[in-house]
Amino acid sequence: MQTIQKGVTVVKDSKQNKRDNELEVRLLRTMMLARAFDSNLPTLYNKGLIQGSSHSAIGQEAVAAGACLALRPEDYVTSTHRGHGHTIAKGADLTRMTAELLGRETGFCRGKGGSMHIADFSVNMLGANGIVGGNFGIAAGAALSLKLRGSDAVVLSFFGEGALNAGTFLETANMAKIWNLPVIFLCENNHFAMSARPEDMLAVKAIVDRAGAVGISGVEIDGMDVGAVFDAVQAAAARARAGEGPQFIAAECYRFEGHFSGDTMAYRDSAEADLWLERDPIPRQIQFLVSAGVLTTEAVTLMESEVKALVDEALVQASAAPFPDPQQAWEDLYA
Amino acid sequence: MPEMTYSAALNRALREEMNRDPNVFVMGEDIGVWGDGGGVFSVTKGLLDEFGSHRVLDTPISEEGFVSMGVGAALVGSRPVVEVMYSDFLTLVMDPLVNQAAKMRYMFGGQAKVPLVVRTNLGAAGGKAAQHSQSFETWFMHVPGIKVVVPTTPADAAGLLKTAIRDDNPVLFLEHKLLYFMKGEVPDVIEPIPFGQALIRREGKDVTLVATQVMLQLALKAADQLEEEGIDVEVIDPRTLVPLDLETILTSVRKTGRCVIAHEAVERAGWAAEIGFEVSLQAFDYLDAPIVRVCSANLPVPYTKDLEAVVIPNLNDIKDGIRAVYQGKQYSRGGRAINE
Repeated sequence: MQTIQKGVTVVKDSKQNKRDNELEVRLLRTMMLARAFDSNLPTLYNKGLIQGSSHSAIGQEAVAAGACLALRPEDYVTSTHRGHGHTIAKGADLTRMTAELLGRETGFCRGKGGSMHIADFSVNMLGANGIVGGNFGIAAGAALSLKLRGSDAVVLSFFGEGALNAGTFLETANMAKIWNLPVIFLCENNHFAMSARPEDMLAVKAIVDRAGAVGISGVEIDGMDVGAVFDAVQAAAARARAGEGPQFIAAECYRFEGHFSGDTMAYRDSAEADLWLERDPIPRQIQFLVSAGVLTTEAVTLMESEVKALVDEALVQASAAPFPDPQQAWEDLYA
Repeated sequence: MPEMTYSAALNRALREEMNRDPNVFVMGEDIGVWGDGGGVFSVTKGLLDEFGSHRVLDTPISEEGFVSMGVGAALVGSRPVVEVMYSDFLTLVMDPLVNQAAKMRYMFGGQAKVPLVVRTNLGAAGGKAAQHSQSFETWFMHVPGIKVVVPTTPADAAGLLKTAIRDDNPVLFLEHKLLYFMKGEVPDVIEPIPFGQALIRREGKDVTLVATQVMLQLALKAADQLEEEGIDVEVIDPRTLVPLDLETILTSVRKTGRCVIAHEAVERAGWAAEIGFEVSLQAFDYLDAPIVRVCSANLPVPYTKDLEAVVIPNLNDIKDGIRAVYQGKQYSRGGRAINE
C-alpha cells in the first residue's frame, strides 16, 4: 500500500523493535478503550443522548494510542474533530468525556463543547478543533512558548491528510522550521476527508513531500501498527526534545466508519474497505501478544470485557449527572 | 509630564511590560529591524536590541499562521503581543481570532485562558486606498469573547496597552495610523487604565457626541467651533468598545437630549448603530431629536484625495451632524442605501 519515496523512511514491520511487554499490553488496552468508546456512539445517537456532530475514529486507534503513549505527561497534544481516541490515549477521564458528549455539567467543557471541542487541559490535551487545519498554529505556538520558557516538553499535533491542503500547514510548519520548534506534526492519513480522497486532492504522491516543501524531513509509517506509531513518535519526540526542531510523521490508516454517524458512505468502495478491515490494528496487536506468549486468549477476552465495563460504567455515571443550569450559558466567556 | 508621540508611548508601555513579565513577547512582520529599528510605525523600535530575537520575533508573511501561534503560545502560559501590520490584514486572521481565541475559554468550559494581544491600526491615512485604510472594529464587537480597544491619546494608548497585556483574555488593540506621530502628555509612571471606562473629553449641555480616534479629535475641534453658534457639545471617548461604558453615554444623553455618534468605519451596520439603538432604547424619553450618525460612506476607500474625502468624514461633516441633531433634523453621509 505504501509508496517508498527517496528520503522517506518507511517503518514497515516494527516488531523487531524493543518495546517491553507491559508497554505492548498498554498499547492494546488503550486501543481497546478508544474502540469501545467510539463503538458506543451510534447507540448514544439512536437513544437521543447525544446531538450535533460526533466523529468516530474506529480503525485509527493505533495512531492515537501509539502516539500518546510515546509522549510524556508534560507533553501537549492538539486534536481534531475526530479526537476521542487522542483524548483517551492522553489520559483523560472517561466519565467526564462521556458526560461532555451527553452535554452534562460534569463534562470536561461543562456541556459547552461536546464531542467536537473535547479537551482536558489537566492532561495537556489542548482540545479537539472543529476547524480543519485550525490546530497547526496552536500546536506550533505552544511549542514556541515552551521553547521561549526553556521547557523540554514537546507538542504533538494530530491532523488528517485533508488538513494538509489548508494554508495554515505551510505557514506554521515553515515557522516551526525557521524557529526550530519542538513540535511533531502527525498526519493521520485515513484516506478520507469526508468523501474526498487524498489521491484526488493532494498534488504530491507522498504525504511527507508536503513537509519536505518547508524543509522538514518526515517518516512514513504503517498507522495500523501501534508499535510502529509508538516507535516513530518516540524517536520524533526525542529529536524534538534534543533541539532538532519540528518533526513530521505520516501514518497511513483507514477510517472504518463514515465521516459521522449516519454517513451512508456511498462514495466508498467496499472491496477496498475489506482489505483495510483485515489490517485492523487491534486484532493485529492481539495476535502479536498471544503468539508471543504475553497474553492468553482468555486474558484478552477478560481485557475486552473489562474495557467495555469501564466505558459502560462511564456512561452510567455520566447519565446520572445533571444538565447544566441554563444560567451557565452566561459563564466561562471571559477569564 | 513628558510629551511623547502615541507610537513612543506604546513603545514605552511594551518595553515596560516586557521588563515586568518575562512571559511577554512580541511577534509580527518587520517589527525588528525595519525603518529606524522596529515596525512600520516604530512601535517596536529598539525592542530587538534590548530583548533579543527570542522575545522579538520577525515573522514571515503568514498572518493566519503567526496569529494562530500567538493563540497557542497564550494557551500554555505566554503573553504574546502580536502585531498585524495593517488592520485590513485582519481578514487573514479571522479563524485564529474568531473561531479559536474568542471561543476557547467558553467552548472548553473555562479550562483555557488566552492572554493574547493582537495590535494593529485602523483607518485612512491619505492615499492608502481600499486595502490599507479600513476600519473593522465593529466586526470584532460582534464576536463574544474578544475585547476591543480603541485608544486616541498617547497616555491612553500606553495605559490601555498595559491593561491589554495583563488581561487574561484575547484583546484586539486597534491603533490609528494618523495618531502614531501625534504628541501628548504621558505620565512619568504609566498606570494600567481599566477597560470599560469612557472619558468625557469635553463637557457640554446641548448635544452628546460619541467618537473615537481621528473622529474624536475632529469632534473636539467641531465642539470648540460650534460654541460660536451657541451649541454646547459634550464629547465622550469610549476608549474601549468591548467592554463598553454605556452608562456614561446614557447619563450624558439624558442630560443633553441629543446624540451624535461619529466613527470612521462605514455607516452601514457600524457600531454607531449599536450605540444608537441602546440610546434609543434606554434614553428614549429623554431624546429631543433623532440620533445622528457621522460615519464613512458605504463605499471602499478610494485612492485620490478628493475621492477619499467623499468617503471619510471631515470636520465639516461632524459640524453638520451636530447642527442637524441640534435642529432636530436627520443626517446621513452613508450614501448608498441598505436595499440598493
